[in-house]
Order: sequence, then structure tokens, then C-alpha cells
Amino acid sequence: MTDLTRKSASELVDLLASKQVSSVEVTQAHIDRTNAVGGAVHSYLHVSPESALATAAEIDRKRAAGEALHPLAGLPIAVKDNLTTTDAPTTSGSKILEGWIPQYDATVVAKLRAAGMPILGKTNLDEFAMGSSTEFSAFGPSRNPWDLDRIPGGSGGGSSSVVASFQAPIAIGSDTGGSIRFPAAVTGTVGTKPTYGAVSRYGLIALASSLDQIGPVSRNVLDAALLQDVIAGYDKHDSTSLPESLGSMVEAAKKLDVKGMRIGVIKELTGAGFQPGVQARFNESLALLQAAGAEIVEVSCPSFEYAIAAYYLILPAEASSNLAKFDSVRFGLRVTPEGNPTIERVMAATREAGFGPEVKRRIILGTYALSSGAYDNYYGAAQKVRTLIQRDFDAAFAKADVLVSPTAPTTAFKLGEKLEDPLAMYLNDIATIPANLAGIPGMSIPNGLAEEDGLPVGIQLLAPAREDARLYQVGAALEKMHEEVWGKRMIDFAPELEVK
Amino acid sequence: MSEITPDLVRHLAGLARILVTDEEVDKFASQLSLIVDSVATVSKAVEGDVPATSHPIPMANVFREDVIEPSLTQGQALSGASDSADGRFRVHAILDED
Repeated sequence: MTDLTRKSASELVDLLASKQVSSVEVTQAHIDRTNAVGGAVHSYLHVSPESALATAAEIDRKRAAGEALHPLAGLPIAVKDNLTTTDAPTTSGSKILEGWIPQYDATVVAKLRAAGMPILGKTNLDEFAMGSSTEFSAFGPSRNPWDLDRIPGGSGGGSSSVVASFQAPIAIGSDTGGSIRFPAAVTGTVGTKPTYGAVSRYGLIALASSLDQIGPVSRNVLDAALLQDVIAGYDKHDSTSLPESLGSMVEAAKKLDVKGMRIGVIKELTGAGFQPGVQARFNESLALLQAAGAEIVEVSCPSFEYAIAAYYLILPAEASSNLAKFDSVRFGLRVTPEGNPTIERVMAATREAGFGPEVKRRIILGTYALSSGAYDNYYGAAQKVRTLIQRDFDAAFAKADVLVSPTAPTTAFKLGEKLEDPLAMYLNDIATIPANLAGIPGMSIPNGLAEEDGLPVGIQLLAPAREDARLYQVGAALEKMHEEVWGKRMIDFAPELEVK
Repeated sequence: MSEITPDLVRHLAGLARILVTDEEVDKFASQLSLIVDSVATVSKAVEGDVPATSHPIPMANVFREDVIEPSLTQGQALSGASDSADGRFRVHAILDED
């Protein structure tokens, strides 16, 4: 048997269904891979080999007995550590939650369990998902499998690096301003942020509630579609959950046809500010889409100029409120100063010790944005910018079925490079943030390697709200064109990691 | 120029219940000044009467029937607390003694 960790999720699903491999074999192969490369990449904050193998053995037994199983039964998966799990610690990358075992499963986790998918472990993230590199994780950064001195993107760098280094075939991420799509771009993988409300956020430790969305992380588009079809759907536990079904993403991913589709290039997200290799690969993909019968049109979204500014007011404002729950009372850390302190002093000492620098920065910024003197000029104005950005998208989608841009301005930067420069770090998300502000779905797929540094670049696809299927249709079609041009999958260009 | 002074950082951190060191206050004041100067552009972006958007997908109120559903037991709810007594969360005094 060839190395099972190199198989895609959809290949593994077929092998499992036809009983050519067992779930225990597939799960064990990925556990072995983590034992070999996990130390170098540091994708996981917690691994659960015993419970993963127990789930796998249970599925194998049911399959042998001829019981009806979910199509993804037996396929192992990794889950970002900001989703609650009753059988594993959930830290959200923060010392303030170190050692906490939640009392309920996130809805997405419950769906994975119901489908019979073994959970391999919990992946690393910037603390409370605040960051673009995983360097703000309280438990140390994850590393990019393409170059271990570089960042795997953030906040979901644990999930991107875990699939890029073949420690899991597929993973769950969350995306508030690009935390699924930016890591996908810099690790040569696929990441989707579904329409806001398409996937329940019950059990997701909230960062910014009007922006957060859970989505799939994978090595190809069909795998992402398989996973989105498992995790999507209405949930009464999430009041923002969409009541209607968005249809089958797998069916969309299998169409492999872009003929007659109008692909809009966002003028403001090309050219100046984008690394030459990023721009060159982007232009090549436009030519491929055009050759396949798509119509390329240019659209303008003038308000995007203000998207980062609006985002870094709305997000800290919402985060400062969401993170007030970490008060030393109900869960997590409690630090008690000497003497006979009041609860207020206990809270302040706990939050000082438990939160890292980026979390403190954003809470203080959010507290400022919401303060009475600053509210109208900052938070209020940011919410109006949000309306302008939605109008820009409405106008753009009148001319195009899907919009495209590079996912990120640059390839992966070096660890430490932007750690002390918050503004530079924020600029990574320039192309991904507008989708969160408007609630629309977005996907990043591998788009080749930049000539100047040989590192992966991504192309972002955007669709109107509830039209996630268009992303899968165009994404899978473009992925197939790429593989025909490159002669192999993008991930197969990644260097071999040293195996312990 | 931004109005984020060290005193303001100390005040905001106090409101957010974060005890900050003098070193953090100075660092955050300079970093947040840059950030606030940068995000202040939003106030220039909006001309005329633009409605605010607080939620990306418009939704009406979401209701359910007022019936009791399974929820955490008292023991489960207390399981993550650093201190509890008599089935309740135990915390330090709200008010100073003096």
C-alpha cells in the first residue's frame, strides 16, 4: 500500500467505502506522520491518538457488519483549537484557557462525530484567532512545511500546516478576516470561508461575532466540498444560522465547467502592493479561465480602500466585548494578587497574566472604539463603511458571477519579521477582509509558486451570499486546469520534510 | 496626531480589567497611536447619509417555543471554575473592606 497520508480525502473515502483500507490503517498512518514531522511543524496543540483510533475501530466494525455509514465515516480530521470538544482541552491558543475541558461539543464537532470521523487533534492558532501567522499563539508558532523558517499563515496556521504536511487529510478552520484563506494561500492548500451563517458557530470561541465563520481546510477543492457538505446546515443553537440549505458543494465541484461564466477582476486588489510573483500567477490563471470559456470583466470596489480600517475597529470592538467572559470566575485561569483583593483586582491580574500582547492591544483598541468620545468617528463610521463595501459587492456581482483576486499580497514571510509591527501584520488581510465585512463566501486555492522565492501563492474566489456553490464550481475547474499545466498537484511541489 | 496617550491606555486597560505594566503602557500607547491614526480614515470615507451595517446577512428576530430543553447540570457548569462552594461560583469580595 502506498503512503495513505498522500491520498486526498476523496480518495481515502473511496478506499474506505470499498474496504480496500480500514479506518484504523488510515488513522494510524496520520498519527505516525505526526510522530515523524509533528515536532518540526508544530501544527497541533493537543493530539488524541487513542480516541481517534477508538472511533476508527468502531467505524471499521460497523462497516464489517454492513451497517449504513455516513460517506465520510472513518476519514480522520483535525480541528482548530477554538472549537469546543468534550474529550480534549480547548485553549484557543491562550494561557487563560490552558487545561480547560469544555462540557459540550461545538455543533461542527458533533457533526464530525455523528459522521464517524476520527478527530486526530486540536490545531494551533494565534491567541483567540487574533493574528496572521500563529506567532501570537501562547504555545509557540506553527511552521510552514514549505520552509520551516516561515509562517504558515494565521490565525489557522495549525490547520493549514497540518494538511500541507500530510498529518491530516482535511481540517476545520475559522475565518474572521482571512484566517482560513490566508493560511491556505501561503501553504499551497485550499481554504473556504462559507457564507456567514452557513455553518453553525455554536461552540466556536467567538472572536468577532458579526464576522466569524467556520469552514473547511484541505488540499483540493473536492475535499473541501465534501467537508462543507458535512458541517453546513441550520442549527437552532446559533441564532445567526441560515435556515435554508445552500445545496451540494460536491455536485458543484464535479461540474468542472466555467463556460459562459463572468469572472470579475477587482481592480483595487491587483497591481501595486502585490508581490510580482503573486501578480504574475494571478494573470496566468485569468488567461486559463478565459481559454476555458469564461468571460473576464473588470470591476471596481472603491470602498475597499477603507476595509482594513473598518475591520480593525469592528473586530476589536466586538472582541473586547466577547472576551469579557474571561473573568476568572466560570472557567480558565484565576490569578489572585497578594493581600485580600477584590474581584476586580483578581480579574485584572488574571487577564494581565492570561492574555498575550496582541489580545491586550485589540481589547484596549476595541474599548477605545466603543468609548463615548470615539464611538461616532470610529465604530459608527466603520459600520457605515461596511454598508459601502456591501454596495460595492452588489454592483460588482451585477457584472460578474464570481470575483477573483490574489488571496494575499505576498508569499509567506519569515517568523519574527512582522511581530513588533501590528500594522504591517494587518495588511496581509487586505484582500480577504472585505468578504467577512459583507458576509459573502470566499475560497483560496493554490495558484502556483512565485518565481522570486519559490513559495506558494493563492488565488481568491468570491461569490454572492448563499452562492458558495459557484466557488466550488470555478475552484475545482481552475484546479484541474492548473494540474494539467503543472503536470501534478501543487502540494506535490512541496519539499520533503525531514522525518524523525 | 493620535490622542492615544499613556494615561489613556491605562484608563482603557482599567475599563477592560487588564492590569498593565508601565512597559506595556508605553509600548501600547505608541503602537495604538499608529493604529488609530490609520483606522481614523473611516471617518473620511463616509459622506452623506449612509446607514450603518451591524450584521452582514439581514435577519429578523429569531424565536423558539418557550419550553425547557436539556442544558448543563449544575456540576457541569461549575466544572471549569477555579473555585466553587455549595453549588455556586465562589469569587472574591465585590467591595473593598475599607
